[in-house]
Amino acid sequence: MRKRAESDAETYGYILNPSQKFLKALIEGLKRNEERYGYPSCPCRLASGIFEHDKDIICPCEYRDPDVEEFGACYCALYVREDREKDGIQVQQVPERRPLNKQQRAYNITVGDKTKTSTSTSTFSQESLDIKLRLHYCKQCGYVVFREDPPYTCPICKAKKMFAEIKTVTTLHGL
Amino acid sequence: MKIVKVSGKNNKHRVLVYALSTCPWCRLTKQFLKDSEIEYEYVDVDFCVEEDMNKIRKHIFNLGGKLTYPVIIIDDKILINGFRREQIKEVLGL
Ligand code: SF4
Repeated sequence: MRKRAESDAETYGYILNPSQKFLKALIEGLKRNEERYGYPSCPCRLASGIFEHDKDIICPCEYRDPDVEEFGACYCALYVREDREKDGIQVQQVPERRPLNKQQRAYNITVGDKTKTSTSTSTFSQESLDIKLRLHYCKQCGYVVFREDPPYTCPICKAKKMFAEIKTVTTLHGL
Repeated sequence: MKIVKVSGKNNKHRVLVYALSTCPWCRLTKQFLKDSEIEYEYVDVDFCVEEDMNKIRKHIFNLGGKLTYPVIIIDDKILINGFRREQIKEVLGL
């Protein structure tokens, strides 16, 4: 787990939290989540246990790159920008970037029987809670992803905010 | 719901922490309260059953909070989202 994080940090030009104690706790948390959910969901967020709803918070989460860019660290402060002060614990916990509709969607689901709970405080329409997968392409290198939201940083060419949606139209002629 | 009580000399306020067992920020919060000799209770939300999770969410929303852990609730009135040392100190008069 640690090696994976190290190599990922290197790829993206980040460092791991310089406080060894803090880092160890994060890696342990990731391991524990992998054991209980089957995937290493974010140790600082509550996973639903349902893969489709937790996808965006599987480490490295979808919010890491914009958080590191804006605040110098990801939400958990596992990944830190190199120019940050050396003591990672001094890094303040950054605000949650995960959209509310995704939280709502994840937490409305009961792990186990997968039914919606009645105590929902939902303020979102069903439509905003649906998972809509779309095709997106990187305008710089052409890499194509089929996901709900495009990645912030292109995993291939590392361009930021370069994804555009591909509007697919299928027209059947001559039928 | 398993509520764990941690005793401390300073029990002027009723302090409740909703935490995640895997989250180092939650750990820091617990450690900070312990080091400051604050008496507090905590619940590791990730170990709760869904029914209790719903109760906890309701509690947090009722106090105007977000689902960002740790959630520190003081005297069932003031809610602090995240480990904000200075804010906690201020509210607890440390
Ligand atoms: S916030 Fe950091 S540790 Fe948590 S999932 Fe995102 S990248 Fe991983």
